[in-house]
Amino acid sequence: MAQVELRAIKKSFGDVAVIHGVDCPIADGEFVVILGPSGCGKSTLLRIVAGLETQSSGDVVIGGKVVNTVEPKDRNIAMVFQNYALYPHMSVRENMAYGLKVRGLPKPEIEAAVARAAKILELEKLLDRRPRQLSGGQRQRVAMGRAIVRNPEVFLFDEPLSNLDAKLRVQMRIELKQLHSQLKTTSIYVTHDQVEAMTLADRLIVMNGGRAEHIGAPLDVYARPATTFVAGFIGAPAMNLVPGTLVAGGVAIDGTKLGVAHPAKTVTGADVTVGFRPETLHLDPAGPVALLVTLVGALGADTLVHGRMGGPQGPTITARLPGVVKVREGERMVLRVAPEDIHLFDRATGRRID
Amino acid sequence: MHKRVIFNDKLLPYLLLAPQIAVTVVFFFLPAGQAVLYSLYIQDAFGHDWQFVWFENFEVVLTDRDYLDTVWRTILFSGAVTFVSMGSALILAVMADKHIRGATVYKTLIVWPYAVAPAVAAVLWYFIFHPSIGFASKGLVALGVNWDWKLDGGQAMAIVVLAASWKQVSYNFLFFLAGLQSIPKSVLEAASIDGAGSTRRFWTIVFPLLSPTTFFLLVVNVVYAFFDTFGTIHALTQGGPGKATETLIYKVYSDGVQNLDLGSSSAQSVILMLIVVALTAIQFRYVERKVHY
Ligand SMILES: Nc1ncnc2c1ncn2[C@@H]1O[C@H](COP(=O)(O)OP(=O)(O)O)[C@@H](O)[C@H]1O
Ligand SMILES: [Mg+2]
Repeated sequence: MAQVELRAIKKSFGDVAVIHGVDCPIADGEFVVILGPSGCGKSTLLRIVAGLETQSSGDVVIGGKVVNTVEPKDRNIAMVFQNYALYPHMSVRENMAYGLKVRGLPKPEIEAAVARAAKILELEKLLDRRPRQLSGGQRQRVAMGRAIVRNPEVFLFDEPLSNLDAKLRVQMRIELKQLHSQLKTTSIYVTHDQVEAMTLADRLIVMNGGRAEHIGAPLDVYARPATTFVAGFIGAPAMNLVPGTLVAGGVAIDGTKLGVAHPAKTVTGADVTVGFRPETLHLDPAGPVALLVTLVGALGADTLVHGRMGGPQGPTITARLPGVVKVREGERMVLRVAPEDIHLFDRATGRRID
Repeated sequence: MHKRVIFNDKLLPYLLLAPQIAVTVVFFFLPAGQAVLYSLYIQDAFGHDWQFVWFENFEVVLTDRDYLDTVWRTILFSGAVTFVSMGSALILAVMADKHIRGATVYKTLIVWPYAVAPAVAAVLWYFIFHPSIGFASKGLVALGVNWDWKLDGGQAMAIVVLAASWKQVSYNFLFFLAGLQSIPKSVLEAASIDGAGSTRRFWTIVFPLLSPTTFFLLVVNVVYAFFDTFGTIHALTQGGPGKATETLIYKVYSDGVQNLDLGSSSAQSVILMLIVVALTAIQFRYVERKVHY
């Protein structure tokens, strides 16, 4: 087990800059999830940690040593690939044993290690099968087995669950979590699925366009997103983000005025983006938000109400109201949102204002 | 909706097939049938006297010291051609696979020899290694090699193997390259994270995953060395010096066309035909299953 540290990592492919300087210390035993949309550079960052790509500048530190020029095989890491990358011509047993064999471990030790990993992952009955004789979920397990059998200092996961069907994904997510609390190996996990990220992570790195926009505990990221991107990316349905202007004692959106808990340091009249989550809107005849309903989605437990704020030309927002709400398209409803549930962002930079 | 074109004319399919069938009949079935027939007769040198002798020709051929020497020589030759052409093709393919971006030019250059006719290729090598005017010969002589493959059987064999292999490298290269590129990159990356260096990765991952390609090429190359190298040998050495480069296929020609021993020559071609059939059967049988992972 080891600490990992990314120091000002940058990466370009030719002229195309893909990663623009990522800094992040990762504690020993921590489970860090890199979350971001497809193409934002998550895999590239992970592959830099693995040594499969070389960063253009910056340092990768594993266990206190700068490993920039260290080969993948000498970094003592294990990686689970999105397509599993099992050796097709080897049995499950040989797949798991390969890394140990290459490292020249004595046979009895290899057998013991494989047996132990097979037991943890319930692969005992499949040890003599070839990868093509396995289901997707089983292959995923073998890929996990190949990683844990080596007892590495760091686990790297590149969207390991994204090829599984929804049900299996939820199950494997739970197993992964259990596995981590059992092994306590430092882990870096890449995904574009925010639910996966929120459930697994000790700490989240939310990436966008090659930048780490927010690094923090999942609930902190949810509660105080650092940028409009993070605000919109985390949480479903997404946070409402509407343009507004700071006024004395609050913020004005197209004539609607909302109170703000922490009066911003910025000057009155500044252009901001106002964010509030759909679930923080509540029915209240005395509330400040008038909504012209355009679409209603009844989910049973909740009702999603989409509409225009203020009037037919107002910005589109979504409210998530508990239970069944009897409202139809074209009707008006009045809502409130608590001042402490309002997030403000600089409209030009997208950064959070406190 | 698709419109289906329907040919009511039952003749058309046959007409379309006819040229191919005609070619096959005229250039394969008729000569093959003739060879089978001739192999059962002994004929005098002028073709007047025919005598039906059952399998005597085969008996004579298969007990002839000369023939058995040729069998061994052919096996040696085929083994060498297969090894050299596949080995160098694999090395080139691995190099091309590593630098696949600049590989187009490289690929084109490597594929060229395949488009060269065997006799032309042989003439090319003939000049390169010509004892008096070839530049390679001059180089070898400068290195102190006693170079005269017109006299030295071993050297003649080396030249023929080289020329025959060179032609086949292109073909092997294309298949090996395709085989290499079909190996997922992540599998190799997984192996390198698992601790395997590049040599180890090659022998434990790449080579086993190439085995279907390798096996297929093995059969193709053996067939090539056995049967398609006549032109190369004929243009370079005519089987000489002595019989140093005479392979089975060349012996069919020299016994039949030059020595006019049609019975023996026919029996030899029938034996060769059986070998092809056997090799093809092996290929069909095993390419489908055995060498799969
Ligand atoms: N080997 C490469 N050569 C050129 N561009 C690449 C290469 N690998 C990734 N990229 C580019 O880098 C960006 C980030 O890719 P990637 O890290 O795979 O994203 P993610 O995993 O977040 O979906 C993409 O725009 C991709 O096209
Ligand atoms: Mg990716």
